[in-house]
Amino acid sequence: MKFDTPAGTNPIDQMKVVGKPVDRIDGKLKTTGTAPYAYERHDVVKNAAYGYIVGSAIAKGRINSMNVVDAKSAPGVLAVITALDGPKLGKGNSNTANLFGGPDVEHYHQAIALVVAETFEQARAAAHLIRVDYTRTDGKYDLAVQAKSAPLKGDGSDEGSGAPPVHRVGDFEAAFAAAPVQIDQTYTTPDETHAMMEPHATIARWDGDKLTLWTSNQMIDWSRRDVAKILGIPKDNVRLVSPYIGGGFGGKLFVRADAALAAVGAKAVGRPVKVTLQRALIMNNTTHRPATIQRVRIGTDRSGKITAIAHESTSGNLPNGDLETAVSQTRLLYAGANRLVSMRLALLDLPEGNAMRAPGEAPGMMALEVAMDEAAEKLGMDPIEFRVRNDTQEDPEKPGRRFSHRNLTECLRRGADMFGWDKRMAKPGQRRDGRWLVGMGMAAGFRNNIVTKSAARVSIDAKGVVTVRTDMTDIGTGSYTIIAQTAAEVMGVPLEQVVVLLGDSDFPVAAGSGGQWGANNSTAGVYAACMKLRAAIVQKLGYDQARAEFTNGTVRAGNRSVSLGEAVGQAGLTVEDGIEYGDLDKQYQQSTFAGHFVEAGVDAATGEVRLRRMLAVCSAGRILNPKSARSQVIGAMTMGAGAALMEEAVVDKRFGFFVNHDLASYEVPVHADIPHQDVIFLDETDDKSSPMKAKGVGELGICGVGAAIANAIYNATGVRVREYPITLDKYLDRLPQVV
Amino acid sequence: MATFPELELSRRGILASGAATVAVSGLPQDDAQAAPSQTVKPVSTARVSFTVNGTPQKLELDTRTTLLDALREHLQLTGTKKGCDQGQCGACTVIVDGRRINSCLSLAVMHEGDSITTVEGLGTPDKLHPMQAAFIRHDGYQCGYCTPGQICSAVAVLDEIKANIPSHVSADLNTPARLSGDELRERMSGNICRCGAYSNIIEAISDVAGGAA
Repeated sequence: MKFDTPAGTNPIDQMKVVGKPVDRIDGKLKTTGTAPYAYERHDVVKNAAYGYIVGSAIAKGRINSMNVVDAKSAPGVLAVITALDGPKLGKGNSNTANLFGGPDVEHYHQAIALVVAETFEQARAAAHLIRVDYTRTDGKYDLAVQAKSAPLKGDGSDEGSGAPPVHRVGDFEAAFAAAPVQIDQTYTTPDETHAMMEPHATIARWDGDKLTLWTSNQMIDWSRRDVAKILGIPKDNVRLVSPYIGGGFGGKLFVRADAALAAVGAKAVGRPVKVTLQRALIMNNTTHRPATIQRVRIGTDRSGKITAIAHESTSGNLPNGDLETAVSQTRLLYAGANRLVSMRLALLDLPEGNAMRAPGEAPGMMALEVAMDEAAEKLGMDPIEFRVRNDTQEDPEKPGRRFSHRNLTECLRRGADMFGWDKRMAKPGQRRDGRWLVGMGMAAGFRNNIVTKSAARVSIDAKGVVTVRTDMTDIGTGSYTIIAQTAAEVMGVPLEQVVVLLGDSDFPVAAGSGGQWGANNSTAGVYAACMKLRAAIVQKLGYDQARAEFTNGTVRAGNRSVSLGEAVGQAGLTVEDGIEYGDLDKQYQQSTFAGHFVEAGVDAATGEVRLRRMLAVCSAGRILNPKSARSQVIGAMTMGAGAALMEEAVVDKRFGFFVNHDLASYEVPVHADIPHQDVIFLDETDDKSSPMKAKGVGELGICGVGAAIANAIYNATGVRVREYPITLDKYLDRLPQVV
Repeated sequence: MATFPELELSRRGILASGAATVAVSGLPQDDAQAAPSQTVKPVSTARVSFTVNGTPQKLELDTRTTLLDALREHLQLTGTKKGCDQGQCGACTVIVDGRRINSCLSLAVMHEGDSITTVEGLGTPDKLHPMQAAFIRHDGYQCGYCTPGQICSAVAVLDEIKANIPSHVSADLNTPARLSGDELRERMSGNICRCGAYSNIIEAISDVAGGAA
């Protein structure tokens, strides 16, 4: 189905099932521990041996030799495969560094050996018997130092954000110089890690030259392509199965060492092999969100109208790596005639930087929306009024190109009402609640909506059971449930009569899970397949296509009616179709919007920060399931709270690695850090996005919330911290005097 | 003065202790050594008997096997999750003799005669435990990987409060432990949920406990 004109009225608009806050259909499996994750497939793979990966202990240099004598003779060991004597692997399109290093080492904890043994304990023990002789060479590990000579570079994040090396509209420098009110500040965000709860894991089994990987992966087709490339085998010989994924956040968009080395190990021992990345290896072995240094300049006239806005960002990566596209949203969020964005990429020898939840906007909004707060204060304007004054219904870089649907102002106004914004004191440091200094902060939220093709196979059997098969993944996003709701709505059957099978490369290729594009595109693909199935059923029955209705498990036209099961008979009926898009996303700018509101308490004596209340109001098209969509937003707000207050992969600038590479020392929010959270979805549809009239929402919640927290801390204390995370060592000495 | 023989390591022992030790230049290399060194020791195994979800189990295990791996790899009870294998995330939480523990931090052979309850023992898809049902109702999960640990912890937390065991945020040790949002958040903080379902999880637990948070 081609989607190239705005959606008219269609079966989704009935909203009998779609749009309802139904419980997740996979909930009973997840809550009883019966949903099978990658490392747990005792049900399909018997007699798997255990693989254990050894990571490089240097960040850059060369392996001279590896002594594996003890490891090979250790009890239970079946094979020891090293980077020096193992097969030469290719590199996936999505990988910057090789998944199997050596003799040259590209980053710390790059995989350099795999031990395969009868048991996990034996494999682990033997891995620790390998002795490696390295020659370490000097590397570049300090972004602040390398930023000074970093060249300009433009690119996209592959997840909907991006910018050219330099992009100008009007004359920024002249307009900024002439602006009566100016803000010119630099903000930094640290390296961050996904820290999904399920470590990367794979079971590999060869059947002749056919390889099956039960793995934990967000993008089945990309990864099937890359597995084939890495192993040098035809794509047709690779099957990926990933029905349940214990979180990804961008860290499982790509094939990692567990998948590549499980396949290599299984080949070597002639038996299935299972490999999980041990937690302490993950942060340096896999990808991370790169740190940024961002300069934001905003010039306004006396009325608060932005006349000049510039956002420049520098991040670092390995050779041929990508940028953190932190300036992207600044091209679209606010009006202003004179504009400048630019990006620089420094060469670093740290582990590979790559996508993490809302690459670009997540760190970009943490800078831009604090700068907006600073500008509003300088103007003496309420920060909401300042944003409303600079709201726009058209692409600020391309006058006349409108947003498909944009209701940022309503997000801010509704949020202000709900949150009691009128109680906020404009002057910081004025409100006390016992030992707490209390402040409120807000920020806009912004994230683009991406349309991308997505397909599905839909069957109906003699009992009228509808089965959807697509390689779409559910990484906690609720895909199972919203796909079932879509099929139930279109086919006119109860939700319980729909079976959804996901995450298998034997199924049609879907959008996958990334860039908050999964929900809208995958359900649109299922919609397309279901509409084709409806047409096939009506044709089979000889009904009038225009008059046929699908309700309550029957198809009827006029006074003719038959149950779906009877209509398809014993043979059943299966069709396949997908959604493809025209250029509506070029004609219109498709984005999602939010208002983030935070109340924070700061202990007047110790500086400890506690979040007291959080609210997000979202404008993101039709919400397919308000219950699971709300969870996506609060989850993103939680990750944003981590980014604002605690998360930092600390770089050892001498030896080039992330020091705090486990879940105890890389701090993520826990229960005690997060208060009750509220989310409001504006009741709206976007007919330019897809037949679903929905947009992405899973990353919107992390875009802006960190700045709202920073602004709340400023409002509480009068202390502005521009270096994330906002930990008390950065402001304790600047807190107001305790009387 | 006590001595610690395990700390008296040979140079070879030190080299062998890290999987990827950076070799120190100037010291003789033993790469060419053909015969295995004495650091390779045979596997020691032991028998252990315990009850899991009401079913007696007898296992002969490598003594290094954690309770977590005994459950997941030997008994194929994969409901209990391995998130970090180092006691930092709580995904492996199970209830042993009424108390919740991180099963990754406990060797299986330490549990002779113990009674272990995993998420599979609390309820099944057809017969959910009230806490499992509440997690579904309140969407107290997303990816589902921390969920069994959260649920086992939540069940044990309510028992801890009933048993009047204080927590870090209990204001007064002379009054009964209270069921409040702050108490639940504190007691549940050993169970990380990276999807960030905390707000919903606390509502689910409160719902089961009687709506106190």
